Amino acid sequence: MSWTIALAGNPNTGKTSLFNALTGSNQHVGNWPGVTVERKEGRFRSSGEEVTVVDLPGIYSLGAASLDEEIAADYLLRNRPDLAVVVADASNLERSLYLAVQMLEIGTPLVLALNMMDMAVEKGILIDAARLGALLGVPVVPTVARRKEGIEELKERIVLSLREKRSSSSFSLPYGERLNPLFDALESFLTGRPELIPGLSARSAAVKFIEGDAALLAAAESKGLRKEMDALFAERGRKVEEELGYDLQTAVIERRWGFVSGVTAEAVKRDLSLKARLTLSDRIDRVVTSRALGLPLFFLVTWAVFRLTYALGDPLVEILEGVFESLGKWSGELLAGAGFSEIVSSFVQDGLVGGLGSVVVFFPHIFILFAFIALLEDSGYMARGAFVMDRVMHLMGLHGKSFIPMLMGFGCNVPSMMATRILEQPRDRMITLLVLPFMSCSARLPVFVLFAGVFFGAYAGTVVFSLYVLGILVAVLAAKALGSTLFKGESSQLVMELPPYHVPSLSMVLRHAWERGFLFLRKAGTFILLSVIAVWALASFPWGVEYGSSESVVGRLGHVLAPLFAPAGFGFWQAAVALFFGFLAKEVVVGTLGALLGSGEAGLAAALPALFTPLSAYAFLVMTLLYVPCVAAVAAFRRETGSWGWTLFMIAYTTLVGYGGAVLVYQGGKLLGLG
Amino acid sequence: MGFSCSCSGGSEKALSTLEIGEGGIVSKIVGDGSLKRRILEMGLVPGTQIRVERKAPFNDPVSVWFRGYELSLRVDEANAVLVRPSGCASCPEGSR
Repeated sequence: MSWTIALAGNPNTGKTSLFNALTGSNQHVGNWPGVTVERKEGRFRSSGEEVTVVDLPGIYSLGAASLDEEIAADYLLRNRPDLAVVVADASNLERSLYLAVQMLEIGTPLVLALNMMDMAVEKGILIDAARLGALLGVPVVPTVARRKEGIEELKERIVLSLREKRSSSSFSLPYGERLNPLFDALESFLTGRPELIPGLSARSAAVKFIEGDAALLAAAESKGLRKEMDALFAERGRKVEEELGYDLQTAVIERRWGFVSGVTAEAVKRDLSLKARLTLSDRIDRVVTSRALGLPLFFLVTWAVFRLTYALGDPLVEILEGVFESLGKWSGELLAGAGFSEIVSSFVQDGLVGGLGSVVVFFPHIFILFAFIALLEDSGYMARGAFVMDRVMHLMGLHGKSFIPMLMGFGCNVPSMMATRILEQPRDRMITLLVLPFMSCSARLPVFVLFAGVFFGAYAGTVVFSLYVLGILVAVLAAKALGSTLFKGESSQLVMELPPYHVPSLSMVLRHAWERGFLFLRKAGTFILLSVIAVWALASFPWGVEYGSSESVVGRLGHVLAPLFAPAGFGFWQAAVALFFGFLAKEVVVGTLGALLGSGEAGLAAALPALFTPLSAYAFLVMTLLYVPCVAAVAAFRRETGSWGWTLFMIAYTTLVGYGGAVLVYQGGKLLGLG
Repeated sequence: MGFSCSCSGGSEKALSTLEIGEGGIVSKIVGDGSLKRRILEMGLVPGTQIRVERKAPFNDPVSVWFRGYELSLRVDEANAVLVRPSGCASCPEGSR
């Protein structure tokens, strides 16, 4: 028989370690339908049973206050897994149990994994697992997932429970004499009527209704019962609220916590001699989150991550580029030698192998950056960084954690877009993704350096610096503008746990980094490859013309578009074509101009002043800085948002901002007499 | 006597106005919608004993210790949590 179970638990409880320990390398990573929250699935066999494990997002409750919670609650209610394993942090049992109790209330059969038992012992926390199991009516298995302790016992216990087919529908939380009559009334109203959510008992539905659960309210609405239930609530509920002195939503959640506290008090003993001791975590936090050192330390850490990612990654990228260049040449020559026409060998060399190369070169940076991110998240530092940085970022309508992808954007927009996954709320993530392209990546630098050197001589450094500052300013303004328009209604919350520090596990860090890099190759690779081939075709056809020349499709397109750029000061076809090729990677702008002006890259310094004035050169740089990022960044954006609509919006609005900026600079400059 | 303790117990006040080290008991969560629900479900329900653990460089966000863990809230989020202060370590005994 084959079974499906869900794995649920709070963040920072070692859930990922437990998932890895249970399923080994037998995993599949995807997305939850319609959203870009990661969905992991794995398998294990025990006692002849085949068990599929669905890893739910790390959540604190089923209240659907966040997208992750919505997904988890929806999965448990609609898909009804055969069983759920709740991973509890033994060193912080009370908070972990709230989720377990909520799951029991909706009738999910449970096994409780008491993880991080070693940490609990260290803190002087002793848990009576048998007593805890008896109080909740569920099997309890102590584990230390990082050291693979208790995993076999957990698997056996899961299989045993699956075979027993136990259900927790008998579980009912004691809500007390004030609330119970209200639940009774609603329960008897719902009994005999169609189930609001299939499989959910009338009692649980009554509780969820009073609690104001969004999914249940929507179900009541669609079944046409909402009005009567509201009437019942108005008649009986308001009176109870008056007696209590506060609202019923608070009352339900408060009583649930009351139950959890009671259970915890009975099952947990604390060694008081250890309680008073200042923990290591506290001592670290005295420094790390302090007023004087908090921010400098955070800047130092993120700067180190930035420098190391590119310092370690760049040599690897160079090697990969060399390999693909040789491979392209070699295959091109091989095909030409074998008698294939030039069109075939050119396609293979520039389109296919070149395209593959431009996908693979991103792997080193993504791998290294995500190794660092996993390190920061796993150690507990990421939350501290967000804590000290939130005030500043919130001024721009962003989240404290947004700082990391924004900073990484100066290196390369691709890994930094992927890094927006550290943001949990869709609003924060979307705004960060949308403003990231304005952070000037390193591929734009060669263009800046060339033009600044040619046109601004001694002031070249200042000009390049001004472009970086301009990018940041545009990003800040765009974030403000997006936050108060398109994302106006969506609230932004912090409400974030500061978990105790702990030593990250190297294998988990590497695994995470590998998954990220591999997923990028698989998911974004096709799009990048196809785009490179499309650009190759536009530059090569009609067949016989020189690659990317005036007569090619691209060249003709350039002639058509050139007048559009006249108000920005660079209304000639070579500039349009260079910008078009910049879509492959922004540094390609330099090589393209070199080829089109017939001077080569070396002769550009002499050739450029014939076309540009210093003012139009600066306008061209503003355009290069702000217009649509390269194809790989677009692919990463598409992958992180999961939406072609948003992707097209991003392409359109960045290009408009770039164009507008360039025109503004050129026309403004002329007005000031600079042209 | 002229001596006054800034964290004297008694009247209800917003969590965000408590000083570092000051503690109290949650009396009410105001407002509604997903923020209120999230705060409640994280365990900040009436009757919960809390202590302000630290504040970020610009005094925002604040970090609160309760139920054996630490939770950070922006100041405008912590404004929704009403607390009855129970004094703090920096107050001399008997000043409340």
